Amino acid sequence: MSGFAQNTFNGLVSGAFYALLALGLAVIFGMLRVVNFAHGAFYMLGAFGAYVLLTEAGVPFWAALVIMPVGLGLLGMALERAVIHRLTTLDPLYNFLLTFGLTLILQDLVKLRYGVQSSPYATPSLLSGSVNFGLFDFPTYRVFILGFAVLLCVAVWWVLTRTRIGMVVRAATERPDLTRAFGIDVGRWVTPVFGFGIGLAGLAGVLAAPMRAVNPLMGADLIIVVFAVVVIGGLGSIFGSVAAGFGIGLVQAWGEAYLSNFPIVSQTIVFVVMAVVLLWRPAGLFGREEAPA
Amino acid sequence: MTSTVDTAPEAARPAPPSGLVAVVRAPRWVRYALLAVGLLVAAWLPNGLYPAVAVDILCWALFAVAVDLLLGFTGLMSFGHAAFWGTSAYVTGLVAIHAGLPFPLAVLAGALAAAVLAVPIGYLAVKRTGIYFAMVTLAFAQLVYYVANEWRSVTQGENGLQGVPRELFGLDLTDDYYFYYAILPVVLLGLAAAWRIVHSPFGRVLVGIRDNPARARALGYPVHRYKLTAFVLSGFIAGLGGGLFAVGHRFVSLDVLHWTTSGKAVIVVVLGGIGTLWGGVLGAALVVRLEDWLSFSGFEAIGLVTGAIFVLVVVLFRRGIWGSVAAPAHRWAARRR
Repeated sequence: MSGFAQNTFNGLVSGAFYALLALGLAVIFGMLRVVNFAHGAFYMLGAFGAYVLLTEAGVPFWAALVIMPVGLGLLGMALERAVIHRLTTLDPLYNFLLTFGLTLILQDLVKLRYGVQSSPYATPSLLSGSVNFGLFDFPTYRVFILGFAVLLCVAVWWVLTRTRIGMVVRAATERPDLTRAFGIDVGRWVTPVFGFGIGLAGLAGVLAAPMRAVNPLMGADLIIVVFAVVVIGGLGSIFGSVAAGFGIGLVQAWGEAYLSNFPIVSQTIVFVVMAVVLLWRPAGLFGREEAPA
Repeated sequence: MTSTVDTAPEAARPAPPSGLVAVVRAPRWVRYALLAVGLLVAAWLPNGLYPAVAVDILCWALFAVAVDLLLGFTGLMSFGHAAFWGTSAYVTGLVAIHAGLPFPLAVLAGALAAAVLAVPIGYLAVKRTGIYFAMVTLAFAQLVYYVANEWRSVTQGENGLQGVPRELFGLDLTDDYYFYYAILPVVLLGLAAAWRIVHSPFGRVLVGIRDNPARARALGYPVHRYKLTAFVLSGFIAGLGGGLFAVGHRFVSLDVLHWTTSGKAVIVVVLGGIGTLWGGVLGAALVVRLEDWLSFSGFEAIGLVTGAIFVLVVVLFRRGIWGSVAAPAHRWAARRR
């Protein structure tokens, strides 16, 4: 039983990363119709930035947790203004390709400067050690990640459903033309929303730094899994993306624990789930049907 | 070929929703002249380039044409075609090593394996369109990558398959120069097949589906089945390229299945010109040549350059090389008519 609780907990923690990344992807997609391939690269930059800040400037984890998301968010906004918005009127495939190119560039820039080896990042002292919840000891840092991610998702949900900004964003997501017709300046929100999504990816990266190996390629494989996650959840649905993120984390952890004779399972189970979802509900578990094609 | 749909000049019809170039055909003499030039260049290539690079160009040309068959003529961007290129490379390598068959048969086996793999992946992927299709194919290609990585007893994992033989009835093909001419007929057959597909009634239906899926369905075409067939054919042609690539390098590594390989195939097509078929061949030649030059001059961050090409092409040069030349030429021809 305690083994099950532990696996479930670890699944939720890795699911938290999927959820944060999927949330950023979904918000950006909703507003801009852009699938941001570079999301994984920004996650990597978040982790790497935290590492560089600590080792070269002595900036602690807590400061990095603020600096990196804000900095990357601003970088994302600049990027949106500079190139991405030029392509938003075209087929979304072009922005997919553009951000794919950006991914290669960002990855190789980091590789050129820091090499491909993984760098360790110490867990902040406040969060080292473990918490006992009765059944067994949970590493404090993982408890923190899970709590922080859940809080963040709830906060985003609250902003989207309970504030005026959220209302505008949701309206613009669903019916951009009609929203404009009501005299709401949709364009004004596009850049901040993009920056916000990128900031979320950077935040996930900083959170990942003490837990996972920090290296230039850490985001690349992850983003493909996150793509599968958003296909499962339905990219148009913000709730679906987050739920699918946590769900896939759980399924992976359980697969790893109970099918440990097949190491391939934990890596590939997400794609198998995606295949099943495509068969059963092509639009994703929480997605709406696209126009028939 | 007096079909009714292929002669309207580009300007005369509304641009397809995806912004792709419509299928237009040049006058007959221009086409024959271009064909002659293309064949001459293909026959001359290993004399002007390092033969190993020329071999790579041929393989990538097939890969690009396969991707363009989907992207340009069916309106589906596969971002996971490395799955077919790579699967065929592995199967070709294994067949050549263990069965000692002549390389064209090994490549055929590889391409067939790729086509078989394309059936389930395509069946699932064509349920989605547009950007989702790209994400789904990318994800399935990653699945294939992980399987190849774990299945070490067969694929040798990160060591790769070594010593793929170049067997052809006892001929000595170790020199890349002669090997180039040995594979040229296979490549030309593959390219001709792609051309034949695009200009067949089947290809016309694909273009119709690309431009207006709802209308194609209303006309009674089974849209999903057409897309799946195109996907499998494309997987087969990509597999031809991948198999030849394996024999050409006498080595198969996991790189052939990596997502960067899928991405490179797409950008080769965009650089050459989406929906132009032969543009992909040009794009392949340019990118392979450039990467060879970069690695020869000791530049390690090849991704930096490929990434920059991606960004520049997508922002400034979406028509690609072939499209940039062909569109004004067609306009000029239309004005004279």
